[in-house]
Amino acid sequence: MGILEVKGVGKRFGGLQALGDVNLSVAENSVHAIIGPNGAGKSTLLNCLIGKLIPDTGSVTFEGQSVLGRTPYEICQMGISRVFQTPEIFTDLNVMENMLIPCFAKRDGAFAMNAIGSVTSQAEVQDKAMQMLEDMNLADKRHMLTGSMSRGDKRRLEIAMCLSQDPRLLLLDEPTAGMARADTNNTIDLLKQIKEERDITIAIIEHDMHVVFSLAERITVLAQGTPLVEDTPENIKGHPKVREAYLGESVD
Amino acid sequence: MFGLAKKDANLLLIVAGLVMLAPFILNPFPGESAMAQFNAGYPDLMQRFVIFGIFAIGFNLLFGLTGYLSFGHAAFLGVGSYAGVWMMKLLTINVIPAILISTLVAGIFSIAIGYISLRRSGIYFSILTLAFAQMSFALAASVLTPITGGETGLQTALSDPRILDSASSGGNIPSPAIFGMEMRDSAELVLGGWTFTFNVGYYLCAVVMILAFYTAIRIFRSPFGLMLRAIKSNQQRLNYTGLNTRPYMLACFVISGMYAGLAGGLMVSMDPLAGAERMQWTASGEVVLMTILGGAGTLIGPVLGAGMIKYFENIFSKINESVLHQWFAFMPDGLEDVIVAMLYPFIGKGWHLTLGIVFMLVVIFLPGGLVEGGQRIGAMFKRKAKADDKSSANVEPAE
Repeated sequence: MGILEVKGVGKRFGGLQALGDVNLSVAENSVHAIIGPNGAGKSTLLNCLIGKLIPDTGSVTFEGQSVLGRTPYEICQMGISRVFQTPEIFTDLNVMENMLIPCFAKRDGAFAMNAIGSVTSQAEVQDKAMQMLEDMNLADKRHMLTGSMSRGDKRRLEIAMCLSQDPRLLLLDEPTAGMARADTNNTIDLLKQIKEERDITIAIIEHDMHVVFSLAERITVLAQGTPLVEDTPENIKGHPKVREAYLGESVD
Repeated sequence: MFGLAKKDANLLLIVAGLVMLAPFILNPFPGESAMAQFNAGYPDLMQRFVIFGIFAIGFNLLFGLTGYLSFGHAAFLGVGSYAGVWMMKLLTINVIPAILISTLVAGIFSIAIGYISLRRSGIYFSILTLAFAQMSFALAASVLTPITGGETGLQTALSDPRILDSASSGGNIPSPAIFGMEMRDSAELVLGGWTFTFNVGYYLCAVVMILAFYTAIRIFRSPFGLMLRAIKSNQQRLNYTGLNTRPYMLACFVISGMYAGLAGGLMVSMDPLAGAERMQWTASGEVVLMTILGGAGTLIGPVLGAGMIKYFENIFSKINESVLHQWFAFMPDGLEDVIVAMLYPFIGKGWHLTLGIVFMLVVIFLPGGLVEGGQRIGAMFKRKAKADDKSSANVEPAE
């Protein structure tokens, strides 16, 4: 049984059946990619996993516990972290402050009334944030306002923020969308490195086949709201159904 | 020092110094001179400076940190005022219970309003708070007359029970006091042409204000304050970082409301009369102006803004036409009349116009408020000093 189990999930928006009957099992400590053409329901599926949408039918369980009906912060506290398509960071705060917030959330839970002691006096959290920044090569930028950083650095920081909470499942929504080639390759290397160094499961939604085939161990192809095939990258590459979904039916 | 970083400790000491020495600082002109009307060092106005300073500090904790613009903060001030007067009517004329209960009651009131209003953000939050404040105002002025005194306001009376005080001494309504020292008691120091007034009430307010300012610094620098700033920056990311923003917002709203209640309690301790107009939307708007004028999100900004607006309201409004004629008496008659006619709309009752222009200029050219103005001037001097260094060294290559 996988760390994340999606069973019979369906979601309808008015007349549009965005997700039909999705079954998906993400094995622990694997990199699982979900690909599919535009409108296949990738983002809808992701939103069902992190509590932004509640599916009409089916169940989603993480480590045996249902995530349905839970709010995003509860799901995060369960151990699922999400990286957004456009990096979502605190643009008015500096890099260090950005890093401190998830560290506090990890230590204190969803709410804590720490209104008297200063941020700088919390040595253990400071050390943890600093360690994480060093691991991610962001330490020398720690006083920089994040709004002025490059796209690649923002992405790196966002991933660092997610990792500082020691999630067991990292969800990435098109992590290289809109990136230059060099930044894309950096992100791939970063994710590979994370995979090697940590016990972590990564689920990734991606358009860029280069990214998918350099990272994924399993691939699920989604088309029109239902999973078409699930297989290893090698088998997916030549799969006739996949070609059909991406390129249209053959003429004969 | 005091668990603060050096910079913050210095700021606190400067503010404490200024507040404690205010009777001197605000009285720069000798009593007989023509400029004496610009003196603000009389107890009534100084009390207002610090009380509205507290109000604005509290408002800034909400608006400056989280970006949630409450347009109904005067309601908490009003509720605090009523609670304070009732304490002085029922319990004792000593102001300590009045101030404590004001803060507490405003806190409870803000839990109720915050719980509902914080379901929405942005303009809808502002409108909800405004609606609640206007409802409170309307209720206080009409149906709640037995509790609030309606339009005449609530005040202490000779027949009040005051169960903790010994039997009323003589035929006078006792005036608010702290352990026997009446709020209106003053000591005067006459030095040459100057008269400096040291008022018991003012110093009580000043001490409370310094404590309130200190608490605000601690909150700004705490993990709690960091989370509040994160709410302003990106609430979605905060949710997906495993933090529940709702209790953070509510806690902040309640703290802010308690600051307003504290200000209300101090207000009635100085003058035991609470009227419904204190809750009107113009009063809520005033604290918004104070905070933005001084610099929202900064520590000292709201205090400066409060001081500036209260100065305009009380000093600028007292300049009248004959005063202008006195000032320009040295000019030829025709010119004098022209100048006075040109300046007249900006003084006296026209002080709102002057304040409005100042506010516009600040918002357009100094979006960070008076504090940003101060920083720019500071930076200018620094740059100048650096340039001087460079020219004297002269051998350094250009950067």
